[in-house]
This record gives sequence, structure tokens and C-alpha cells, in this order.
Amino acid sequence: MPDLLIELFSEEIPARMQSRAAADLQSRMTDGLVEAGLTYAGVAAFSTPRRLTLTVQGLLAESPTVKEERKGPRTDAPEKAIEGFLRGAGVSRDDLEVRAEKKGEVYFATITKPGRHASDIVAEVLEQVIRNFPWPKSMRWGAGSLRWVRPLHSILCILTDDAGEVQTVPLEIDTLIAGNTTRGHRFLAPNTVAVTSFDDYQSKLKRAHVVLDATERADHIWQDATNQAFAAGLEVVEDKGLLAEVAGLVEWPVVLMGTIDAEFLDLPPEVLQTSMREHQKFFSVKNPKTGKIERFITVANTQTADHGATILAGNQKVLSARLADAKFFWENDLRVAKSGMETWTDSLANVTFHNKLGSQAERIDRIAALAREIAPVVGADADLAQQAARVAKADLSSEMVYEFPELQGLMGRYYADAADLPNDLGQASEEHYSPLGPSDVVPTAPVSVAVALADKLDVLTGFWAIDEKPTGSKDPFALRRAALGATRLILENNLTLPLTPVLARNVQNAQAAAQRHWLDAARDNNSHQGGVLANWIRGRSDPVPADPASFLGKIKEVAESLKGDNHAPEEVTQIIYQDLGITTADASMVATDLLSFFHDRLKVYLRDKGIRHDVIDACITMTGNDDLALLVKRATALSDFLKTEDGENLLQGFKRANNILTQAEEKDGVEYSYGADAKFAETDVEKALFKALDTGEPAITTALKSEDFAGAMAAMAALRAPIDAFFEGVQVNTENDIIRRNRLNLLSRIRQICLQAADLTRIEG
Amino acid sequence: MSGTTDKPRSFQEIILRLQSYWAGKGCAVMQPYDMEVGAGTFHPATTLRSLGSKPWAAAYVQPSRRPTDGRYGENPNRLQHYYQYQVLIKPSPPDLQELYLGSLRAIGIDMEMHDIRFVEDDWESPTLGAWGLGWEVWCDGMEVSQFTYFQQVGGHDCHPVSGELTYGLERLAMYVLGIDHVMDMPFNDPDAPIALKYGDVFRQTEQEYSRWNFDVANTEVLLRHFEEAEAECKAILEQDHNDPKTGKRIIMAHPAYDQCIKASHIFNLLDARGVISVTERQAYIGRVRALAKQCADAFVQTDAGGAAA
Repeated sequence: MPDLLIELFSEEIPARMQSRAAADLQSRMTDGLVEAGLTYAGVAAFSTPRRLTLTVQGLLAESPTVKEERKGPRTDAPEKAIEGFLRGAGVSRDDLEVRAEKKGEVYFATITKPGRHASDIVAEVLEQVIRNFPWPKSMRWGAGSLRWVRPLHSILCILTDDAGEVQTVPLEIDTLIAGNTTRGHRFLAPNTVAVTSFDDYQSKLKRAHVVLDATERADHIWQDATNQAFAAGLEVVEDKGLLAEVAGLVEWPVVLMGTIDAEFLDLPPEVLQTSMREHQKFFSVKNPKTGKIERFITVANTQTADHGATILAGNQKVLSARLADAKFFWENDLRVAKSGMETWTDSLANVTFHNKLGSQAERIDRIAALAREIAPVVGADADLAQQAARVAKADLSSEMVYEFPELQGLMGRYYADAADLPNDLGQASEEHYSPLGPSDVVPTAPVSVAVALADKLDVLTGFWAIDEKPTGSKDPFALRRAALGATRLILENNLTLPLTPVLARNVQNAQAAAQRHWLDAARDNNSHQGGVLANWIRGRSDPVPADPASFLGKIKEVAESLKGDNHAPEEVTQIIYQDLGITTADASMVATDLLSFFHDRLKVYLRDKGIRHDVIDACITMTGNDDLALLVKRATALSDFLKTEDGENLLQGFKRANNILTQAEEKDGVEYSYGADAKFAETDVEKALFKALDTGEPAITTALKSEDFAGAMAAMAALRAPIDAFFEGVQVNTENDIIRRNRLNLLSRIRQICLQAADLTRIEG
Repeated sequence: MSGTTDKPRSFQEIILRLQSYWAGKGCAVMQPYDMEVGAGTFHPATTLRSLGSKPWAAAYVQPSRRPTDGRYGENPNRLQHYYQYQVLIKPSPPDLQELYLGSLRAIGIDMEMHDIRFVEDDWESPTLGAWGLGWEVWCDGMEVSQFTYFQQVGGHDCHPVSGELTYGLERLAMYVLGIDHVMDMPFNDPDAPIALKYGDVFRQTEQEYSRWNFDVANTEVLLRHFEEAEAECKAILEQDHNDPKTGKRIIMAHPAYDQCIKASHIFNLLDARGVISVTERQAYIGRVRALAKQCADAFVQTDAGGAAA
């Protein structure tokens, strides 16, 4: 069985796309081959900056012959129908078989599709794969119309059979003709090389200074880097993302270690590391004794007669220029920080946060107010929390963060410390963006928690206020992440914070900010909204109103004057509102909607902790559902309870009671909530149930009142046996109507008691 | 590959070598465009000529102005006025990368001693409504050129595709000549009787323009000029294609495009004066882009733009 080797040789493929492209080449080729009937024994794909390579071992030499049976018309069908069938099946009348069926004799044709040579199938599939390759971004070049990530130069496509016989697959795509040759390293071995198999290809490439396997390149880089660092008594700072990227920038990795000029060694290590990684793709090398970054590792794509001395000198020079910039930013920033950061906080008034929500400064005002409000809940000093919120985003105006946005927060810490601010403030600057992802650490310092929570709640209420919610996979403002972050801050710090009032108030504030923004826009001819509005209002030669309320009134007037035959003024008003991004929704409605978004995030969060969605649903419908910590306590207790035998059986008992009761209430058209009377209890089990409920009910109610859900569940567990015994020994729907009604009222009591704890009707199973 | 290449000794020698290299490869060596532009791409020999089906090959130096980059001549490598070397070939030849590497050899960069890398960098010009895919080319970790295959210009798909090379001449020359501060770079032959450094030619002008760009330029006048250029561009394009005087079909794509260039540069000046807010910025860029698109629309209706006569 032959082996297949494919190489698509192009100009430099972006590093970040290579491994995905190799995987796509593998899956699309093998899918296509298998679909055409060619199975195989093994497959592997590789990538370098200039090539995607696929090797398939043990491919069938040809696809199997396929027989297909097709049912035709009846033998007495019109001649035309039979001829049509023959044409469609591609057989002659002699090939037809007649079979007796219920409705008469029917023609059957057997169509034989002969197997095809692997080379024909490979050519066909490969052409499709190349023409439809899923590059994140592709391009055309020259005068052609073929698309690839960068110009595609050659295609190697050969089949090698067991005897070592090589066949070049006949394939022509636009001007490219598949062959059996490749090229080595761009500078070290640029000539063409003919190959006969994958092994031959890989070893010839290595001789031509190309390491085919990205993992091998990465391993080599890492080993050599750590060895060189170790020899100097240092260690390389691990960075897997950078390692993968660098392995995608070279075909022949040569690791070089260089020194950082002494004048830059006092820069914060994160600045050195970020600058070197982002601009130069250097690894940082630190002194394990001091923790300071002292050297760098760069990976060249070539070896030179001077063992990289020229290359290293060049890299070092570029680095010095870059770090001179960083040092310049750092020193300027420190000056501003030491003078109190006012220049930064003031300038945030000119930075737009979102064009419908105003400036960063306005947003910080809201966060500061919110942090102050939350402070007592988290045990933080209110003044300190407010001050921290004002300082936390000051670094957004610093030169360093302008250059390296990913250092936001961290630089805030350095600058707050430089300004001699209390440690809580610096810590809050650094931590208030956390948690970013589901596995990111949640801050616990009270001031940090207050600011982090205020920050996230403000983002959410702001975008909810202007109706920019996430839809489907679109979440451009990372609101899901913000909601999950806020949820984790509340839960993991066990905060008692009913959200509804906080959300509603902040929605109102955000709406006010949005309103101020339309007013500004209305006075500013240059913005789009401003232009639209100014035209309307100037067209009526009225002045632009000064306050939001009369502004809304003005819009109504404009709408009235614009109404056409088909549109009511309300409709026109809505169109204007939409165009301006004005929302007038009731703040408490918006807050309710936002709370249910929190609940959705909470479900995802708890599902990962092993709590089923129906258990959460059963708790979400209870009062106090805007207190997430309380909600989770309830859900956890219920979830644990339902996992016990008592819990499982009590649930069944509840459901039985509920079913019987619901049916009876529907049938009788009454609600059995008058209260059951123990004196009508006939049997012992019935009496026992009354007794159990009399003891259980106050215990459960008291436990719930003090939010002791585990205690409430334990008290409910005690009801399980009497309820089970009741259903076992008693028939609810008896002849005696008084007894029947009393029993139904008893069931109603069970239902009521259980529903205090959670809406058990929502539990599945 | 030749192992040793004699090193150039001055800024101008590097320019001259690039000129003669690309002339040798068949490019029309053009002169700088006689207007203020932010980059060599704005030269009509690139922007307009990358449109339409007619083959094209041009190389030229373009003085470029970026008012916000002014540092009063003090920063070792930031200038508000600098030179770009620009090559545009349509359709992009299959060996464009090799041709490019040849130009590096021509200015004394020896591939056997240096590490040349093509690092992903997609190019986009929001003001020109243009984008392309390519790389920044690194030599020992330093970006020495931009290499782009144009996909769209002025909102038009490029058919065929042009290959564009842009060299930042000062930075490249400083690297080749081993100079740390741009003002110390020999401009002409250092052994010439009157040897001039880059600073002798440009230090004073950097100071003068930095002051004017940042603090003095009259923003009201500039704002008015912007509006005027925009209006003139539109007015030119609204003219009847048939010239009533000569009776010929004359679409004035180039004069209109001059106004677009002017508007773009005035926007840059206003930006440097700090009078354009973040939100307005987008609006201004959009206005310039609209002009660029209209000019492109007009150019493709002309003979040079490949329209059938």
C-alpha cells in the first residue's frame, strides 16, 4: 500500500496560523480521501514558516469497487419511463433484473462503480482542499485568482509504493504543477531537492537546514536556551506562547543569549519582559537570586561564520533603543505619579469610554460612588474604597500603559507606591481587573474587592442601560466575563449583597450619563448624532434644550413634525431614539433583566461545581434571589440533600402530593389551602404525619429564617418517613368527602412547607 | 550569493544604490511627489497606479511628514520629516521576495552574517480605504521594511495585485552605517571637502517644524483648508467627463486626488495640534477615506486606470 506525501510551499506563513493550518490540512485531506473510499493506516501533519506538510501511510492503492442497486419502474410501465431509468442508471436493458413485488413486476438495475486510482483521488481532493482552505485571512497575488495565506510557490505531491516506486500525482492548479521537489532553508540551502518518501524528505530537509517538526524546533529552542542560561547561573522565564510563536518564525533555530545594558536593569521586570516579548520576541533571562531580569534570549533563523556575533550585536542595539523608550516612559510616569497623578485623572475626562456612555472620568465617578456603597459589605473603609476607585484607572493615562496596554493595573501599583499612597490603593490598582478568566485568582483584600466589584457592576449596568447586551457568540465588551467575575467576587468572598437595588441605581446613573451625552452631541455639529439632531432642531430654528427632560420633549415634537402617512409619532420617536442610542426603559426593569443574566452566569459557574441546572432553577424562583451568596447556599444545601436517600424520597413524596393535589384542585375547581384538621385523621400513619408536620414545620421555618438551609433540609429529611408511610397506608381520594378534603388539605400543607425551601416542582426526575 | 559586499558610507549612497538597483530591475525611477504626504503610499504612483489592470513598475524616494512624531531633532530616531523608499510592481512578480533581498545585498547587508525574517504584519490604511497582507522584514531583530501585497485600494479590489515595498530610509541607513543618532549620520561622503551630516541638513528644520506643528499652526485656518480641500475634491469630480473646451473626455482624477492628499495632511497637522477629539478622529478619517474612494472611482474610469477607451 502506498504512502502519500504532500508539501505546500509558500512565502512566510504567519506563526500564529501554522499549527492550525497543519491540523486543517490533515483533517480536510483525510476526510476527503476516506469519503472517496481511500482508507489509510496513519497520518501526520507538520508546519514551518514556509511549508505545510502531510504524510499519509498505508493508503489504499485504489478505492474499492462499489455496487449499488437501484429500483426502477414496473415492467409494464410506459416505454419512456423505462428508457429514462436506463439513462439515469447508465445501464442497458439486458443488465436489468426483474423481481416480483406486491404491485407487480419491477425492474432493478445494479450499478457498478469501479474503483479509482489513489493518484486520481488524491489530485481531486487536494485541489479542493487548496481552493477551499480555511485560512483566517487569505490573499491573491500577481495576476492570478488563487487564494492562499501568502503566495503559494510549489506543490510537492508523491505516492511511494511498497517497492519504493515514486509516482508524482498529476495535479495542476492555475499555474502550479505538482512535482517531487522542495527547497531547503531560504539562505542556507536554497536549491531544489527531489524526494522519494517522507523519511527521505525529512532527512533531506534536515541536511538543508530545515527542522520540519514545530515541536522539535520548540524543544530545541527551550533546551538550548535553558542550557545557556544555566551555564551563566541564570534561568529563562517560561513563556509557552512565545515559545510556540518563535518556533513558527524559524526553520533552523539558533539560540543566542545577550545582555541588557546596565542602565535598564532597574526598570520593573514586567516592563522589561513585556517590551522584549512584544517588540522583539525575546525570552527574558533572570537571576534566580535577585529575581531581576538581566539577559535575553533571541532565536535566529540562521547560523553564521561569526557564531551569531553580528546578529546578537544588532538585536542588542534594537533592544537598547526600545528600552530607552520604556525608560523614558517610566521616568516621565514616575514624575507624574509622585506629583499626585492629577494630570492623569484629569486627562481621563478627554478619553471616551464608549460613545454613548461618556468619558472614562464619568465612568470613574460612577465606580467610585459604587465602591463607596459596597465598602461596608466587604468590610472596607468607605473613604479608602472611594479613593482607590479614583486611583485605580489613573495609569490608563500613563505613557507606559499607552505603549503596553497589557500592563494596566500593574503599572498602577508601581505608580501608587511611588506616590506613597496607602498600600490598599496600590493593591486595588493592581487587582481590580481580576478575576479575568474562570481560573484567575479572585482578590480578597477588602478595598480591592470593593473596587473590582464596582468596576464590573458598572460595566454591566452601563451597557445594559444603553441596550448593548451580548447576543449569541457576540460579546464585544466581554460582559459575560464581567458578570462571572462579579459573581465569583461575591461568592468566593461570601458577600451578602442584594444586587437589585445596586443595579437599578447604577442603571439610572448610566442612563443619566447617556442623556448628558446626547445633549453634548446635540451641541456638537461634528459628531454623527449631533449632526442629525442639530439639523432637526436648527431646521425648526429652536435652541437646543439644556436638560434631558425637555430634550426628550423636543424629540417628541420633532417626531410629531416628521410623522408620515404610515408612521405614528411614537414610531418615529422610537426610530430617533434608536438612532441616537437613547433608552428610556424603566431602570428597575433593566436591572431585573440584568439579574437574570447574572443567574445564567451563575448556572454555568455552579454546573462546573456539580450542581444541576434544575436545582438552581428551583432556588432562583425563591425570594432573595438577588443575593447570590444566599442563592448558592440554598442551591448547595438542596443539591446535597437531593443526593441523599431521604432527599430523593422526599422529592418523590412531594411530587406525588403535588400531583394528586393539582389534579384534585383542577377537577374540583378549588384550592385546598384551608388547613387540615388532625381530628379527621383516621389512621395511625395519618396521625403520625400530622405530628411530624407539627414538629417539622416550625423547625424548617426557623432554620430558613436564619438562612440555615442545611438545617432546613435536615428537618425536611425527618418528614420523609411519615410521608412515605402516609402514601403507603392511606388512600387520599376516599369515598368520604370530608376525609378526602382533609387529606387534600394535608397534602397542601406538605407542599407549602416544602416550597418554603425551594421550588421543588422544577426539579427533574 | 557573494560573501562580501562593500559597505556604503553615507545616507545618500544608500539611496543611490537603491535607485540603481531597482532601475536595473526594470522599475521606472520616479521623483518624489511635490506635495506634503504622510507616507510614500500616498504618491499617485502607488495609490492610483495600483488600481486597474495596467502593468506598472515604479521606484522612488518620498519625503514624508508625520507632524506628531516631531521631537525637535533630539530623539535619536524620531523625525517629523523623513524619507521613505517605495517600490510598487504590478502584477507582483513571483520572485518579489528574492528581488527584495537583492536590494538589501545592494546596500551592503550580507545575508551570510545577518538574520533576515519575514514577520506577519498586515497593512491597512483607513484614510485610503486600503489593505493588504504581508510582513515587516526584520534584520537582526530590527524592522527594515514593510512588504505588502495590496488587496484593496480606495475600496476597489486590486486585480492584478501589486507588490509594495517600503523602506524607512533613515532607520535602515543608520543600521547599515552603524550610527546611533540620526543627526550624526553622514549625509554625503564623509571624506568630501564639505562633509555634511544629517543633522547639518535637518536639525534646525526639525526644531522649526516641531514648534510650528505642535504650538503655532493656526488651527482655524487649517480647519478651513480642510473643508476647502474636501469641497474642491468633490467639485472636481462632479465635472462633466467631457471637457467643453477641447471636446475631449478628461476625467480629472489626479487633480482631485491632490485635494485628497491635502485634506489628509491637514488632518495630520490638526491631530498634532491636539484639537481633534477621539470621536472626531474617526469622523475625519472617514471623510478623507470618502475622498480617496471617489478619486479611485474616477481613476479606474481613465485610460491609465485601465478603462477601455
